[in-house]
Amino acid sequence: MLRRRLNRWLGRDERRVDSRTICVGHRSSSNNEAFIPPKFCDNRIVSSKYTVWNFLPKNLFEQFRRIANFYFLIIFLVQVIVDTPTSPVTSGLPLFFVITVTAIKQGYEDWLRHKADNEVNKYPVTVLEQGRRIRKESEKIKVGDVLEVDEDETFPCDLILLQSSRDDDTCFVTTASLDGESNHKTHYTVPDTEKDLESLNATIECEHPQPDLYKFVGRMHIYKTDQEPAVRSLGPENLLLKGSTLKNTQTICGVAIYTGMETKMALNYQGKSQKRSAVEKSINAFLLVYLCILVSKALVCTTLKYVWQNKPGQDEPWYNEKTQREKDTNLYLKMFTDFLSFMVLFNFIIPVSMYVTVEMQKFLGSFFITWDKDFFDPEIKEGALVNTSDLNEELGQVEYVFTDKTGTLTQNNMEFIECCIDGFQYKYQDAGTDLDGFCVTDGPVNKVQHKAGREKEELFLRALCLCHTVQVKESPEQGQGQRDGLMDQVDGLGVDGLGADGEGLHPPPQEQRGFIASSPDEVALVKGAMRYGFTFLGFESKTMKILTRDNDVERYELLHVLNFDPVRRRMSVIVRSKSGDTLLFCKGADSSIFPRVRQEEVERIRMNVERNATEGYRTLCVAYKHLNAEEYAQADAGLREARLALQDREEKLMAVYNQVETGMSLIGATAVEDRLQEEAAETMEALQGAGMKVWVLTGDKMETAKSTCYACRLFQRNTELLELTVRTLEDGGRRREERLHELLVEYHKKAVQDAPAVKAGVTRTWSSANHDYGFIIDGATLSMVLNSSSESNSSRYKNLFLQICQNCTSVLCCRMAPLQKAQIVKMVKNSKGSPITLSIGDGANDVSMILEAHVGIGIKGKEGRQAVRNSDYAIPKLKHLKKLLLAHGHLYYVRIAHLVQYFFYKNLCFILPQFLYQFFCGYSQQPLYDAAYLTMYNICFTSMPILAYSLLEQHICMEVLLDNATLYRGIAKNGMLRWGPFFYWTLLGVFHGLLFFFGVRYLFGNPALQDNGQVFGNWSYGTIVFTVLVFTVTLKLALDTRHWTWINHFVIWGSLAFYVFFSFFWGGIIWPFLKQQRLYFVFANMLSSVSAWLVIILLILLSLLPEILLVVFRKPRGPHAGQLSQEGLLQTARLHLSHHLPIST
Amino acid sequence: MVKEEKEIANRPDNTAFTQQRLPAWQPMLSAGIVIPGFVLIGLAFIGIGVALFVTSRSITVLEIDYTGIETDSPCFKCSNPDVKNCVCNLDFSIDSLFEGPVFFYYGLSNYFQNYRKYAASRDDDQLSGDLDAFTAPSDSCSPYDYNSNDKPIVPCGAIANSMFNDTFVLYRVVNGARKLVPLDGKGIAWWTDYNVKYRNPSVTPLKNAFNNTVKPIFWPKPAYQLDASDPANNGFINQDFLVWMRRAALPDFRKLYRRITGGEYEKGLPAGNYSLKIAYNYPVQSFDGTKKVVFSNVSWMGGKNEFLGIAYLVVGSLCVLMSIVMLIVYAKFKFPEDD
Repeated sequence: MLRRRLNRWLGRDERRVDSRTICVGHRSSSNNEAFIPPKFCDNRIVSSKYTVWNFLPKNLFEQFRRIANFYFLIIFLVQVIVDTPTSPVTSGLPLFFVITVTAIKQGYEDWLRHKADNEVNKYPVTVLEQGRRIRKESEKIKVGDVLEVDEDETFPCDLILLQSSRDDDTCFVTTASLDGESNHKTHYTVPDTEKDLESLNATIECEHPQPDLYKFVGRMHIYKTDQEPAVRSLGPENLLLKGSTLKNTQTICGVAIYTGMETKMALNYQGKSQKRSAVEKSINAFLLVYLCILVSKALVCTTLKYVWQNKPGQDEPWYNEKTQREKDTNLYLKMFTDFLSFMVLFNFIIPVSMYVTVEMQKFLGSFFITWDKDFFDPEIKEGALVNTSDLNEELGQVEYVFTDKTGTLTQNNMEFIECCIDGFQYKYQDAGTDLDGFCVTDGPVNKVQHKAGREKEELFLRALCLCHTVQVKESPEQGQGQRDGLMDQVDGLGVDGLGADGEGLHPPPQEQRGFIASSPDEVALVKGAMRYGFTFLGFESKTMKILTRDNDVERYELLHVLNFDPVRRRMSVIVRSKSGDTLLFCKGADSSIFPRVRQEEVERIRMNVERNATEGYRTLCVAYKHLNAEEYAQADAGLREARLALQDREEKLMAVYNQVETGMSLIGATAVEDRLQEEAAETMEALQGAGMKVWVLTGDKMETAKSTCYACRLFQRNTELLELTVRTLEDGGRRREERLHELLVEYHKKAVQDAPAVKAGVTRTWSSANHDYGFIIDGATLSMVLNSSSESNSSRYKNLFLQICQNCTSVLCCRMAPLQKAQIVKMVKNSKGSPITLSIGDGANDVSMILEAHVGIGIKGKEGRQAVRNSDYAIPKLKHLKKLLLAHGHLYYVRIAHLVQYFFYKNLCFILPQFLYQFFCGYSQQPLYDAAYLTMYNICFTSMPILAYSLLEQHICMEVLLDNATLYRGIAKNGMLRWGPFFYWTLLGVFHGLLFFFGVRYLFGNPALQDNGQVFGNWSYGTIVFTVLVFTVTLKLALDTRHWTWINHFVIWGSLAFYVFFSFFWGGIIWPFLKQQRLYFVFANMLSSVSAWLVIILLILLSLLPEILLVVFRKPRGPHAGQLSQEGLLQTARLHLSHHLPIST
Repeated sequence: MVKEEKEIANRPDNTAFTQQRLPAWQPMLSAGIVIPGFVLIGLAFIGIGVALFVTSRSITVLEIDYTGIETDSPCFKCSNPDVKNCVCNLDFSIDSLFEGPVFFYYGLSNYFQNYRKYAASRDDDQLSGDLDAFTAPSDSCSPYDYNSNDKPIVPCGAIANSMFNDTFVLYRVVNGARKLVPLDGKGIAWWTDYNVKYRNPSVTPLKNAFNNTVKPIFWPKPAYQLDASDPANNGFINQDFLVWMRRAALPDFRKLYRRITGGEYEKGLPAGNYSLKIAYNYPVQSFDGTKKVVFSNVSWMGGKNEFLGIAYLVVGSLCVLMSIVMLIVYAKFKFPEDD
């Protein structure tokens, strides 16, 4: 709230002034005398919501903003103000309880936040002021202060790196606490800042605080006494973010530019938008129905009351005269208060406890996911992670699964398989998987058929060695091996294979070598090159060292890195060799390289690339170009200029990159294998069997993705593929738009119109003759479909596209940009029937689709932790998805659906007798039950069994759910919470309510129910009804329980025993605080009456009779496939049970 | 070592509970269980139903309306509200022995003892003998808390005020002579009401406790004079008062008035003619109510109640019927799981 307001304020500020100026060390420059240092916020982090003083009002305000709480507050206030039948305690107590528990929980959480804030705010930091080191508390840092940070310390605010203790003016940081990526990232000092910070006179101009962690533009003006001010560009590589930790560097100095709540970390510290589950929407719809029932009940009663009172003698019989005040009250006011009184009397139909129970169920239930040891992955030593418990049941409702390919379907564990140099294929003969198998005796490169020229070979390998952003992990002597095991992306590789031809020449520290890179492909390539004899030794300031095949160390000066980005899909480096040649090496996806190289070279390599792609390998093409001095100067100038730009830097850089990366010559291509995840195919098959449609959204090439799809059995042999890609569009040589239209119509005809009318949700039988269709689309075509030139076409294409996709078993979208992934998810999410979508991915490029889908699942993979942080659930491996959905999701859905229906049911048959009683008590709002019963019914007597049920129920045991994916379809489309089942439960509630009331009503035709001739009064009446009610609703749940653990036994029988015990206790004592001893000995007296016993037994049995019949009769209604299978399953369930019992006991 | 510890710390507990593998009983409502169960339950219910029905049939009930709306009714003369201290005689005859013990009830209809305002109009503090509440009755008694002179009413409230005050004397007419049938007024109220819940203030004589208070407006006599014959049956523990204070659940109700247990009537009321002398005080016609007297004997199940017996018979036969239907269905479609 506060933070949002702050942001809005900041946002306004941003529009006013679009950059901030900071004087380094508060030394204003001479020519800037008039400059008034602007005020920036201090470095205090406030993540807490409350203070001691405002806790109560603010927390109450927050809590009563929830519509349900507000409703109960209103009811409570009505009870206090108006003379109502039940005391305010009956609704006040539960409300108070709920509010207090929530307040305590939130208060505790806020206290923890306060503690954490304090820890951060009071953390001592070193500030350099006038050459002295001053220790300060972190919260006192001001923008412009120069700070000193030591190794392994976290940065107290966002800093611009000025000075590093390392020789090469770099420092390493990990951003583990920011985005979870534990790899070391290199940051650079601002070039040309003086070594002596004391005399540095500079100002920094930078943009206003923005939450994007990876974007920063700024400019530094360095004033020197006798020179023009020098201008240096600042980028994210100069910015050290608060929250990240300094590593591998002794000490650095930096100037604070964003402090406190304006740091990028603080700006990012915002709750994700709340996702609401379909169940919650159902609950709200049901609530509305019940609210209508409530209001109409109150209206009916009020109307009838005044109709009835109109009859002579009924309004004010002599035995019940009104007080003077009542006589004086305005008729309409009376009517209104009567209406309110009825509302209060019947308000228990919407129980406050349902919200509590639902929340508890979700919160506690989610523990079963984290506890599940099947989700534990011994490799990363972590289990599943639940980021939100609000969506547990949504896991049982998934209709569309959007999965990333790399790292999700595949392991993202790259292995260099082969390469193709100048059209010749190179592959290891001894392609054993273990590392020692690479030992090659007759030379580093093994000829497959022919061999390219040695020069080309070496050029290619040099390119592999140079064109990357890999760092060599410096291995401290102690315990390298151990730490390797812990590091995510460090790959310790013994290079003894290399040592075969020159062991003695290698210095010992190189034998253990780790590479750190942001993408595993790069590591695989560097390692691949190493196998061929070219070893990358690392950086030395700006020089890259490589060890060639002949054991020469070559040095290359790194001039520029043209970073990788998903749009360009390539990266380049510009290096200068010792001989003075300036070379540009570029590697990237074939589609982005081929247009930029000479065409005759392409043909030689394309075949190889395509073959590799169909085999499921990831291919990269490598190209190079000689830059003559003139060209280089031009490129250099362009790059520098673009990097300095404060606005549109990205676009400008992109333009320069594109300009530089032209006219290259292709050297070769690489193939890297990304193996499938364990059980990827089985998982996909299970998901499809469960009726989910699996869409693969990948940035990868179509061929690679297609082969992965085949490998995952998403496409089967008999699947007819409908392709809508740039290639198919270019067939026929007509305009793309036309061709697109034509293809869409054609596919639509094939997949939608000609397909036999299969209703949505009806099971697809495996043996059916109808065709399976697979659909393939690529990013370029997708954007044509979605953003067609003409408006009318656009919506029509979109419709056609959606319909085709929905009729295909699997859809593959390749060449997707991250935003396109989200676009697709959004499109499906908003399509007809609003299906429940699930996105699963592991990398930063999947975050947008994870956030977009109803349920986002992150895989704790190799590409950092961003996906995990933004996901709703995180699992270590893809194979866990099966259990998560088919077992956990299914069970959670069944549990909560039953919980919701049961809650409405039990409150309907609770309140219906009270409503009916109004017809027999002159519509006087006389409660049927005692206040204690009214209050305790939902809190104590009937709450625990349903909570236990909703946590423990396994109507079908987990193994069976996993083995029979089709069971998942049984609950598809919110099956248990649609209006049909709701109507059934409501009917059941009405039936029970009528039965309870009229059963006892006919018994009370003669109220002499004891063998001593004494009569029972109205509280006995209510108590009998209530006893029947409590027993019936509890036993109804017992009937529904298919999985009786000792906990179920305990709470079900315990609740009933507690009810009996409580009733005895409540009626056994004259309670001094009660105004009326209404229930004194009523319960005990009731039990002394045989008739009361008999009617209780009769009514309980009669209420449950239809239920029992339904359970039995549901089976023999004929050899229905679904039911038969269910019976079979139940049997296997029993078998499984007998399997488990001996183990677990 | 460190690694191992980490692994242990992160690895979920492998307990039956956390893995959702608690041993569980999975009951199956299969036809094999349900059909015999239904037959058993059905037979048991039919048995109970027959017992209830027979018992209920054996209970004799004699109900006589004495409101006096019809002109030929003996109490017609008393139905005029202007007539005070009216007494009417209700003659009836019993053909065969009315087996005892006979319970004598009075019944009212269209009388809303369960009206909310009425129901709340009492002061339990007063009724438990709290003298403070004598001088300051609870607000809930309003408008029956103070009389027009601002004197507190004890017992206050609408329920107490409207206490039923018709009295009955039963005569057996033997050869034209009227012979008094003794009516037992003990044990007609709940034991706990008489002994625990309602207490007179511990002041002797009881009358002194009621100083500075007035009797309820409708009452002819103050609370401490309710039963002239038995001084222990006065004040708040008067049995008739207690019976009245236990409010009826429905607008048509009956309340226990007396038991006929004494002497020669221990076995019951012998066949013959009887005359009931009614002191007709209680007005009911203003609200379309009726009054009646009910003679009934009771059994182990209480008073006559055909509903329970019939309900048991119906449900029992339903169960049996259902089991037969199920058996037929079962024979036709062989349940696969019952092999």
